[in-house]
Amino acid sequence: MFTITETVVALALSMLATSALATDAREPTYGFGTRPSEAELGHFVSPLPDGRGLPQGSGSVLEGKSVYQQQCASCHGEKLTGGIGDRLIGGRGSLVNDDPKKAPVKTVESYWPYATTLFDYIKRAMPMSAPGSLTDDQVYALTAYILSQANIVSEDAIMSADTLPKVVMPNRDGFIPDHRPERFPPASRTPHQSLAIAPAAK
Amino acid sequence: MKGQDDELRARLDREAHDLAVKRRDPASPFFRGDRRRFVLRSAAAVSGIALARAAPAQAPPGAAAHDVPPDATKTPGYPLADESYGTRSQFETEVRRRFKTPTPLSSWTMTPLEAGVGIVTPSGLHFERSHGGTAVIDPARHSLYVHGMVQEPRKYSMHDLRRFPSISRMMFIECSGNGLTEWSKPTMRTVQFTHGLTSTSEWTGVPLSTILNEAGLAHGAKWLLAEGGDAAAMTRSIPIDKAMKDCFLAYGQNGEAIRPEQGHPLRLMVPGCEGNINIKWLRRIEVSDTPFMTREETSKYTDLLPDGKAVQFSLVMEAKSVITSPSGEMTLDGPGFYEITGLAWSGRGAIQRVDVSTDGGRTWRAAKLQSPVLPICHTRFRLPWKWDGGEAILQSRCVDETGYVQPTLGQLIAVRGLNGPLGSIYHLNAIQSWHVAADGKVTNVHHY
Repeated sequence: MFTITETVVALALSMLATSALATDAREPTYGFGTRPSEAELGHFVSPLPDGRGLPQGSGSVLEGKSVYQQQCASCHGEKLTGGIGDRLIGGRGSLVNDDPKKAPVKTVESYWPYATTLFDYIKRAMPMSAPGSLTDDQVYALTAYILSQANIVSEDAIMSADTLPKVVMPNRDGFIPDHRPERFPPASRTPHQSLAIAPAAK
Repeated sequence: MKGQDDELRARLDREAHDLAVKRRDPASPFFRGDRRRFVLRSAAAVSGIALARAAPAQAPPGAAAHDVPPDATKTPGYPLADESYGTRSQFETEVRRRFKTPTPLSSWTMTPLEAGVGIVTPSGLHFERSHGGTAVIDPARHSLYVHGMVQEPRKYSMHDLRRFPSISRMMFIECSGNGLTEWSKPTMRTVQFTHGLTSTSEWTGVPLSTILNEAGLAHGAKWLLAEGGDAAAMTRSIPIDKAMKDCFLAYGQNGEAIRPEQGHPLRLMVPGCEGNINIKWLRRIEVSDTPFMTREETSKYTDLLPDGKAVQFSLVMEAKSVITSPSGEMTLDGPGFYEITGLAWSGRGAIQRVDVSTDGGRTWRAAKLQSPVLPICHTRFRLPWKWDGGEAILQSRCVDETGYVQPTLGQLIAVRGLNGPLGSIYHLNAIQSWHVAADGKVTNVHHY
């Protein structure tokens, strides 16, 4: 049982923590749950763009080619140009485009800003039929192969926790922060375009 | 793998063929004939039939089939079961419909907004968007880890999480890809397919600030990663300020455990922000000093502008409204009275007003808002309308509590451009136009 004083102190501490966002004197209010072991937390992989969180291991372009053909080609295409899965390479120069009829080609090569994302995504979610089944070495090898086919790294590149964060992606500076809300005056009284849906195909 | 590929394509072909057959079959719940007409013309036809009908062989999804007596006052109904979980009437046939992406494992289904009344979406009709199928998770074996830049990492069972003080909140979730095919020309026929990636439920769970305070944020903590326990191990980065402000961990939806397709047993709720960041099947929170730059927040849910730059972390869903009835594919039953009704919502707060035009935006009338009008929640609006039998273009335009005015598509394109047929893909919140022809047929048009 808590006394009233203890409860008030606990509440005050929790409010303090909320307002300051961070506090050195951690005082859990409820104390539910347990402390997980380092081993348990070690199963999770979520690297940051600067390479923190990347696991040990490495892989070459040649090794990656072999893994790609076995595990990826059926969905992403023999030449990495897509199928059921996304196209992975090509499309540089297609992002600047004001033509509603021509689609930009967004791929790892043309669009992805960080190479670490490639490792992270393959590791956690690919291949679709057996996610999480590839070893860290295989995933490094795949990133090496895809990045080499995208002409971002050389044919003899080895990807690892050391080299992957140093890869500079072509669209590294292609992103800007959210500038919304945009402000719109109430709708124009004079419509300037009227477009009907195409007739149903019989 | 090639074999699997062929098998998948064959399955999708079969599925498409089966659906096409069902849509022509009046006995099927997927029938797309006269049932889609406005007002209850088909119900009138049904009541005229005096003969008993045997239970249909197949009830619509979510219903059970029963014999239909000619007069329900002359014979007992079916008995009350000792234990049951209720179903809807066998005569109600609305279903979520899937957008035909290449694989049903990474796909989305859309809420039939045209049939909805009030503001709550039935749990079974709440839209879905999943990237690795719907995960099946035993809550007794599910854990939530909280680690990274915290003073003490923590691990919680679902039992632990339910011990914390809880909150409930009526809230919409909208996929930021809602309407993505509609940027350059009208492509979809019904409001289900133009706007059906938004739904509202009452969600219950634990404030995320409670959980983060328990672990204690370390100095310099600015972002956190939320990770799902599904096959996609979906991940998104969330600013710590937002996490502490109003995010919560939901285990309840509309009075019961959250549905599997919504993230059972635990979903991160990020009020007002795009659906994808409301991580389902939540298993892990890792606190850091920078965003993780996951695949979804770099290569996918970013808005590419004509100059080649893409807007990143455009999380808030801005004010939007749509008339759900009359709407695409309905047919009006001749001149006379109609109630124009629809939904409005904003990720920045409560809806302040909705105006409706029946002449393509030349003149506007204020619609009546149905209470409750809640922040970050679907709001029902209504306006009585006497149709004179002439051509009409119906539009709704909402304003939220920040004063933000829902734009026309022309205004939105003026600031976002049209980089390809799908434009900037995400965050299309423009005014929708429904054309009413002299024969009463309602169609999706662009008019701005």
